[in-house]
Amino acid sequence: MKLTGARILLECLLEQGVDTVFGYPGGTILNVYDALYDYRDKITHIRTAHEQGAAHAADGYARSTGKVGVCFATSGPGATNLVTGIATAYMDSSPVVFITCNVGENLIGRDSFQEVDITGITMPITKCNYLVRHADQLADIVREGFAIARSGRPGPVLIDILKNATAEETEYAFLPREKHHTRGRLAALIGRASHDMTAPEPDIEDIDTLAHLIGEAERPLIICGGGVVRGRAHEELAEFAQKVDAPVAITVMGAGGFNGRNPLTTGMIGMHGSQASNMAVDACDLLIALGCRFSDRVALNPATFAKQAVIVQVDIDRSEINKNVQTSHHIVGDVKRVLSLLNERIGQKDNKAWKDYVFSFPTETEYELTGEALTPKQISDIVARTAPWDTIVATDVGQHQIWVTQHFHYDYPGQLLTSGGFGSMGFGLGAAIGAKISHPDKTVLHITGDGSFRMNCNELATVAYYDLPIITIIFDNRTLGMVRQWQTLIYNQRYCETDIKKEPDFVKLAEAYGLSGRRVNNAADFEAALKEALTCGHGYVIDAVIDVDEKVRPMVNGGDHITQFLLN
Amino acid sequence: MRKNRYTLAVLVDNESGVLSQVSRLFSRKGYNIESLAVGTTDTPTVSRITIEVMAEDDARARLLCNQLRKLFPVHSVKLLDSSHSIRRELVLIKVKAGTTEARSEIIQIANIFRGSVIDVAPTSLTIAVIGEEAKTDAIETLLEKHGILELVRTGVVALERGAYTIDDDTKEKGEFNYGKVAFS
Ligand SMILES: Cc1ncc(C[n+]2csc(CCOP(=O)(O)OP(=O)(O)O)c2C)c(N)n1
Repeated sequence: MKLTGARILLECLLEQGVDTVFGYPGGTILNVYDALYDYRDKITHIRTAHEQGAAHAADGYARSTGKVGVCFATSGPGATNLVTGIATAYMDSSPVVFITCNVGENLIGRDSFQEVDITGITMPITKCNYLVRHADQLADIVREGFAIARSGRPGPVLIDILKNATAEETEYAFLPREKHHTRGRLAALIGRASHDMTAPEPDIEDIDTLAHLIGEAERPLIICGGGVVRGRAHEELAEFAQKVDAPVAITVMGAGGFNGRNPLTTGMIGMHGSQASNMAVDACDLLIALGCRFSDRVALNPATFAKQAVIVQVDIDRSEINKNVQTSHHIVGDVKRVLSLLNERIGQKDNKAWKDYVFSFPTETEYELTGEALTPKQISDIVARTAPWDTIVATDVGQHQIWVTQHFHYDYPGQLLTSGGFGSMGFGLGAAIGAKISHPDKTVLHITGDGSFRMNCNELATVAYYDLPIITIIFDNRTLGMVRQWQTLIYNQRYCETDIKKEPDFVKLAEAYGLSGRRVNNAADFEAALKEALTCGHGYVIDAVIDVDEKVRPMVNGGDHITQFLLN
Repeated sequence: MRKNRYTLAVLVDNESGVLSQVSRLFSRKGYNIESLAVGTTDTPTVSRITIEVMAEDDARARLLCNQLRKLFPVHSVKLLDSSHSIRRELVLIKVKAGTTEARSEIIQIANIFRGSVIDVAPTSLTIAVIGEEAKTDAIETLLEKHGILELVRTGVVALERGAYTIDDDTKEKGEFNYGKVAFS
């Protein structure tokens, strides 16, 4: 069957089971949008207010479903507007396929209108990217691109298609997804020895060594990293932790990988880690890191990190092994598979004395109530007891992000959507849109700060247009709180350019978009507003006013030893 | 910190953009490429890149290999052991040679190094020499007094000694197991 490149692209999306695309149209991608008109009963397109919002939405869709997200944008500024979104997905290993179109072959290389070398720009922030010159390459490349995005350690892929390739007609034959690996580029790629398109099968000797180490250990500690979430290995981890009888510290990216209410959890680890987590790192004799790259926000000082312990790293990506922290043993493989192999081999351990020691330290910071004013902890507690247990939380970046990571208890992978690796302010609302589109029956909260919200609040237009009952909660401290906290503690209270003295009326802003909003100053009003938001059935913005000096606690300064708390 | 020189052999798809992808990986990870040579192999769709880089230690060099292996156009990567591989570089040196005396001395030097005179002009000679840096650096020093007009190096190319090839042992366990402690 002869089809245009544009139709082939859409057919290939159907091969992948794609039913939702986020994006924004423009000149060079018009052939694709024109074809989409005929596919609108099979593929739902969500048009955001800005391409960055579309990128974050596709990412939020991918993180919350575990499926590959898809995002369209036009050439030039459309493509460059995706860049922060692509980098965000890359740093957190989120599988998203970005499709951009570029000017036609006759115009390429001439600085034509809206021409940009987006494959060059995105080279370091994609797993791989492609420039498709002709329609006859398209199906093969799209099939390979999707396989790469979701295989091994997932990540974003960008496919840039020249406009002529979307117009040209060429032969297309449907190929079911299960057969993709048997043909074309993908078959060649899989045939090559050096690539692990499927997760490497863990080495049994390595597994046995770890089982042996577990048998010997008296003070084991497990770190649950983002790999547990991406690999959906939460059930295996629950069994593993219970058998090893070990405390489990959770990274920001690991939230949801281990039930936050499980008595074995020590809470968050690292820069804003709980005392229990960080003290346990310092004292453990065996540290098992699952899908965690020991970033500078977790390990802080790699030279002094867990120096009493035999450090064991389990990761699907062998280039992560020993990258940041030198380990003594490692297993390369899918954490789900590794844990189930381990679970078959280990017996029930009992580490009561060790657990008593670890849990003598708090797993969560206790905050004192400061008079009448609403506190971040109160907001978190009220949300935790008022919103349904399976509420999806999408955050922006700053103090509010850490507060809700510390104080909500995440029960399953994909429940917390947050930009942990790249720290992109403005991620939250787009991500919440992606999550709500894929989970219409779940409550979706967008937790933000007044600074982050102003970055991409334009997406309230999308919330209103598609009538998505997303609840935005602004931790409104009238400052760029996290930066200000560093200025308070490390820069002698020189508050350069952080305080926002005059801010927009967020309630009126919500109303301008056709949504509801309420500004609250105390716990009772917050609870009432949240209840109203949960039942109103449309988008709602709660502007929750908190004190400018509220701090994220504990805190260890970057590069310091993990128990050298600057704040308790 | 003291750094050592490492030689990496990399087989890649012979496609546009691949070389920049490979070389950018080094700059992205904070390494400066000392030498880079690239050309097609006996399989026309595959190119071989030889890269020399200064790294802190073996573990870092192996980490770079693993990061290279993650690039999809990369087929195989091997860290070449200097004692088990042959490294060669071609250097072309254009030297001032205005007088007969200078000419004969330059030709003599070239002969000693088994170099050859590949261009003769009224006021200059161009010499080609093949070898490792020790040799090419030495001839460069000797020719300096005559005045070097221009100098170009191809970058080092290298192969393992014996019948080993880049395809042997690229997935060898030892290469991935760096840093593992023997537990009994
Ligand atoms: C795009 C972007 N720009 C700048 C930063 C640096 N930054 C990190 S946290 C922060 C403050 C965020 O303020 P706000 O959204 O009000 O959250 P709060 O910390 O007050 O909760 C800033 C500016 C960032 N992470 N992302």
